[in-house]
Amino acid sequence: MDFVAVTAFGIVYTIATLILLALGLAVIFGMMGVINLAQAEFLMVGAYTVLIVTAHGASVWVGIAVAPVVVGLLGLVIERTIIRFLYGRILDTMLATWGLSLGLVGLVTLVFGPTTEGIATPLGHVTVGEYRLSVYSVFVILMAFAVLGLTYGLFNYTRFGLVARATMQNPNMVSALGVNPARVYMGTFAFGAALAGLGGGVMAPLTGVVPTLGLAFIAKIFITVIVGGPVILLGTTTAGVVLGLVESLVSYGSTPIYGQVAMLAFAIILLRLLPQGISGFWRRGV
Amino acid sequence: MTAWALWAVAVAVVAALPAVLSPFQIVQLTVFMIYSLLALSLDLIWGFGGILSFGQAAFFGVGGYVYGIVGINSGSTTLALIAGVAGAAGLAALLGYFTFYGRVGSMYFAVITLTVTLILHQVMGTTADPRYAVGQARLGGYNGMTNIPSLALEVPGRAPLTLDPVQLFYVVGGLLLLVLALTRALVRGSFGRVLAAIREDELRTELLGYDPRWRKLVTFAISGSIAGLAGGLFAGWGNFMNPQVFSMFQSALVVIWVMVGGRSTLYGAVVGTLVVQSLTNYLGTASVTYTTVALGTALVVIVLLFPRGLVPAIEGAVRRVSGRRPPAPEFAR
Amino acid sequence: MNDVVLQTRGLVKEFGGLRAVNSLDFTLRRGELRCVIGPNGAGKSTLFKLLTGQLKPTAGTIHFKGLDVTRLLPHEIARAGIGIKFQVPRVYDSLSVTENLWLSARSRHGAAAGAIVDRVLAEVGLVERRTSPVGHLSHGDRQWVEIGMVLTSDPDLVLLDEPTAGMTHAEARRTADLVREINRRATLIVVEHDMDFVRSIAGYVTVLHRGAVLAEGTMDEIRANDVVRDIYLGKRPRARR
Repeated sequence: MDFVAVTAFGIVYTIATLILLALGLAVIFGMMGVINLAQAEFLMVGAYTVLIVTAHGASVWVGIAVAPVVVGLLGLVIERTIIRFLYGRILDTMLATWGLSLGLVGLVTLVFGPTTEGIATPLGHVTVGEYRLSVYSVFVILMAFAVLGLTYGLFNYTRFGLVARATMQNPNMVSALGVNPARVYMGTFAFGAALAGLGGGVMAPLTGVVPTLGLAFIAKIFITVIVGGPVILLGTTTAGVVLGLVESLVSYGSTPIYGQVAMLAFAIILLRLLPQGISGFWRRGV
Repeated sequence: MTAWALWAVAVAVVAALPAVLSPFQIVQLTVFMIYSLLALSLDLIWGFGGILSFGQAAFFGVGGYVYGIVGINSGSTTLALIAGVAGAAGLAALLGYFTFYGRVGSMYFAVITLTVTLILHQVMGTTADPRYAVGQARLGGYNGMTNIPSLALEVPGRAPLTLDPVQLFYVVGGLLLLVLALTRALVRGSFGRVLAAIREDELRTELLGYDPRWRKLVTFAISGSIAGLAGGLFAGWGNFMNPQVFSMFQSALVVIWVMVGGRSTLYGAVVGTLVVQSLTNYLGTASVTYTTVALGTALVVIVLLFPRGLVPAIEGAVRRVSGRRPPAPEFAR
Repeated sequence: MNDVVLQTRGLVKEFGGLRAVNSLDFTLRRGELRCVIGPNGAGKSTLFKLLTGQLKPTAGTIHFKGLDVTRLLPHEIARAGIGIKFQVPRVYDSLSVTENLWLSARSRHGAAAGAIVDRVLAEVGLVERRTSPVGHLSHGDRQWVEIGMVLTSDPDLVLLDEPTAGMTHAEARRTADLVREINRRATLIVVEHDMDFVRSIAGYVTVLHRGAVLAEGTMDEIRANDVVRDIYLGKRPRARR
């Protein structure tokens, strides 16, 4: 019984981290159509922010609060200096953000060195039967769903969300209504970056902090968003659930690496069957 | 006429270089030519197929690892090289089947090829334990696979003759020129014309009775096999393979070579590789970190300022400066 | 029964709740020259997309030369012998005239393509421009390139989508001659708005309305049909008043 509970918890946790880490990309790629290969480095910078904040004596919670601000600002700068020149040139955007990704990894390595730094995981453990569960992972799960809810609310119930969605649909129309599309793109990109910063920050105590941190996640989050398809938040969430399930089940049966391989193989086969992603399948005919 | 002259010059240059360069430079140039093959494989699928693949490093790595596994177990490096090519082509065909027949969009394709590469990187990294071995060949995790046999000339009925550096240089140079000639024939022939038509208007070409999925698949498999050939040669050159060949850095490098040399020319891929690698060598391999930063910056700058490639941009500039003699009517006032 | 080239039975295409093609029964005999007319939204372009495999029908079947092509892919249908010419010429601008024609010739005729291209170049009057990139040609010449592409692939059934769109009067007359010329070798379906053109090529006319056949007959019979006049041709007399 305890084993079942702990396994179920592990599966939920895998799914939650997938959603938490993929959300920023879902906004930037899903909404804006920008394939940002530096997304993983946004996670990494978020994690380093927490590292620096804690190294200066503040708590992890302060670090987690600061991370999205720092990475959001970084996203703003990157949008203004690089991305905005490349809208509509999808492959060029990929190449430029790839360069950015390499550059950020290199720079952070130069400044902080290539070693993994640890951050003490707060909140301690609880015991379930003969198993020990980290309370922090409960926090991660709650965080994932809170952020998902907030993002959903932002895009569906606020003026910014409405304007942003309208801009992605038809920039000419909104500029006729007196909205500057360039500013909406900027804001949306920065928001997506901030989400990644938050995700990286929350995960930092669990993963450790290292310049190549993002590499472990980039493949997963791209697969999740692509499989999610055109209905961005709901699609990404569903894909997170399905792929997280595949990954954790295979991982329990073998090793985490095979879990990832299985997830990738599953995703590629799924895309062969549903080229528009999971939510593209729902939307048919609407 | 001029085309034949150029080929003759290329052959003559390759033939003459060992007499001019030091043994060390020959060894270096051999690996540059192997990389040129890898760049060529990308230019075929990207420049002519119109499909950007970030997975060429994966096929290169698979070619190398398969060469190592078969070479160590069978002792025959010819067999190993063929197996490496076949393994890489097989992986490309499998990936191509799922993506092209699923009509996955071109940007998704790029991302999927990249994720496959990164996951191979992680998978090969976890194979440090001795139980991860194929026959005699230990995969070796991040430490890599060692004791891969050097490329040898194998004539039936005689003892295999391991190639010395100059001989290896000739073999690699010969293969590079051969692959260059074959891919050129491919893209200029009827297959290439249909490919160009698909690139320009896929639906129209379909309505003329061509199956674009099949042609993309074939092109991608050929591209994968060329990358696999490069990987096999690389393993035979260095007697060593490690998961770094699947890294982001390596994958990006391939794209940079082609971007610098310019797309859709084939020879540009070779020029780009030679220029970038020589420059990297000249600047010194002081630290991989600095190279990474430089590489990343270069990628951003090229995309923003020279989207058509660096060599074509320089050619254009030279033509504009010295171009008074053959006046271009559009630009002349 | 043998001379039926194309037959659709109960053909339906729905987009969401909208039926663009609604239980369409359409029969075409070998060698026919059929004009399809109808107001905007009548389902003409959806019909063409269904016949070429670009869309898959929601229900119903399409038989071509006795073969069920309902579920075939576009390239398979093209190989079976259905060719299409788009309203706005859909040609390869970066390729030369010869290459454009060669592409369409080769998919069905293989090695014989070269000779066919030479012959058709003369027929459409583009011999002198054979090496020009098609993007450099005038709109009229680009129309001819696409007509040439239809001729080189030599299909059994040709779909022409508004072949005279954007043409001058003289060009339209030349096109009418050419349509009759193509018709000597192939069965034709022509979608056209220009009634003078329809009368000049003297085909049998099908009127589509809301995705179904409203009436069929010669142009004179159609003009005499009150229902058709109301929904379609009726506009003219009213406008004159």
